[in-house]
Amino acid sequence: MTISAPAIEARHLIKTYAGDVTALNGMDLTVEPGTVFGLLGPNGAGKSTTVKILTTLARPDSGEATVAGHDVLRHPDRVRRAIGVVAQNSGADPAATGRENLRLQGRLHGLKGAALGRRVDELLERFTLTEAAERPVKGYSGGMRRRLDVALGLVHRPEVLFLDEPTTGLDPQARSAMWEEIGRLAGEEGLTILLTTHYLEEADRLAERVAIVDRGRVVVAGTPDALKGELRGDAVHMELRQAVGDAGRTLLTGALRALPGVHEVLVDGTRISVRSDDGAASVPALLAALEQAGVGVATATVARPSLDDVYLRYAGRRYSEAAGPALVGGVR
Amino acid sequence: MSTAVSQTWYMTQRQLMVFVRQPAYAIITLIQPVIWLFLFGNLFKGVVELGGFGTTSYLDYLVPGVVVMSALSANMWAGMTTLDEIQRGTIDRFLTTPVSRAALMNGNVVNNGLVTALQSVIIVLLGLLGGAEYPGGIGGVAVLVLAAVLLGTVFGALSNALGMLVRERESIIGINTFLLLPLTFLSSAFMAPAQMPSWMRHIADFNPLDWAMVAGRSAMAGDPDWDAVLVRGGGLLALAVAAVWLSIRTFRSYQRSV
Repeated sequence: MTISAPAIEARHLIKTYAGDVTALNGMDLTVEPGTVFGLLGPNGAGKSTTVKILTTLARPDSGEATVAGHDVLRHPDRVRRAIGVVAQNSGADPAATGRENLRLQGRLHGLKGAALGRRVDELLERFTLTEAAERPVKGYSGGMRRRLDVALGLVHRPEVLFLDEPTTGLDPQARSAMWEEIGRLAGEEGLTILLTTHYLEEADRLAERVAIVDRGRVVVAGTPDALKGELRGDAVHMELRQAVGDAGRTLLTGALRALPGVHEVLVDGTRISVRSDDGAASVPALLAALEQAGVGVATATVARPSLDDVYLRYAGRRYSEAAGPALVGGVR
Repeated sequence: MSTAVSQTWYMTQRQLMVFVRQPAYAIITLIQPVIWLFLFGNLFKGVVELGGFGTTSYLDYLVPGVVVMSALSANMWAGMTTLDEIQRGTIDRFLTTPVSRAALMNGNVVNNGLVTALQSVIIVLLGLLGGAEYPGGIGGVAVLVLAAVLLGTVFGALSNALGMLVRERESIIGINTFLLLPLTFLSSAFMAPAQMPSWMRHIADFNPLDWAMVAGRSAMAGDPDWDAVLVRGGGLLALAVAAVWLSIRTFRSYQRSV
């Protein structure tokens, strides 16, 4: 495998489950080595199925994929040696201690003796589990369990690490601790990470490149900034003291659009939304123009474009709508 | 293949540890046979007078029966553990490592075999304590324990296969509840064949539990009928190999469904 070969490459994966449920509908993916790649999408978009195929757990109906240069269908054993998997349920043995779980996982990957002992100590230390190392896992908190799951995935120093929704179900504190840990992992000797998440914020913060998945395929991929950049600048939302009539609307739209850096203007009753190259810089000019027109402004907010906006643009629906009620509690 | 052997050992160790660390479960597994032994021992005490039991003490006859019944009832729940591990994600975690599928299943087989052997030995010792006599000596008892382990392997592997295929607790509970008592009573476990209706004896000839029964009891007699032992024991071994092979195969259909 040459340095420039992709760490993960998937071509037109299709997977249908019993009962004609199409999980993947032509999934294409290329992940460069040494990067963190985020697969972003609501529940049921096909993220977990993609991970199951790439980690040799499931077989696609058609299509092909290589991980760390090995074909997942022809050489699943080579793939398994090269990958670490942190699934949504990683299933550490609850009756075994953290150390025992790590030792077993290391042994399954062929580590033994002093090298195994050193590696286990190192991971316990790194994931701040040293104190809990000799306690059965069933007494661990959610955050501790998740850290152990990640440590299990790293025992054999994999080339590619799969993190399937690593922070789902964690409380905010444990989540930000996990984010820091994943951030640190990303800097490590050429480790490639494929991260799936349904938190927009998580993908934005951790992934260098993001693919937005909807209904079993990638609808758009790129760096979070590039994706957001395509939306041309920031949004400025203003709430007016009183509603603007039809005549006033045309007048205001014209006046605001004439300001430098302003692209789109939408006046709707008591609300005005503007897209601008630099939101914060254009606020004073916008307020001055409105004052001159005799319109009082109650509030003005500047919003950087979010992946939510990107999702809306490419999937054609709001992220929270696509995600359904299951996600309402999850997005913060 | 030293890798396969050591992987099987890691998997066995992991399961034995669960058995040892859950004393409540371990104690129940070991105490239940005691209850059978003394319940049936007292309830059916008088049936030896009907004749055909080859002994004048019902306890002598009962001990192998309880050993075999306990082997069946302990192993037929193996699929529940497998189901737990599927739901917890443990099986998926192992399947994405280079560990061999055979080692994954064989870990269950070896672990269940060791637990069954321990349980059987304890029942035999309790029987001894209660005054049972084993004219076949240690050799006879060893054959009984081996037959119980083989029977346990057959039903443990089938239970695992069922767990992997249907992935529903209710199915395992239903099938086990349905099978346990008919399999036990359509055999010579508690009643001498001479006292069974002839149609029942014919059914018993096809009952693997009865094979284990006949093999164990024949070997434990003062004058063992080794042909009977070999035929039944061989049948059990063949069934066990087939059941384990089938349970390893079910990983494939499991992976098709995830």
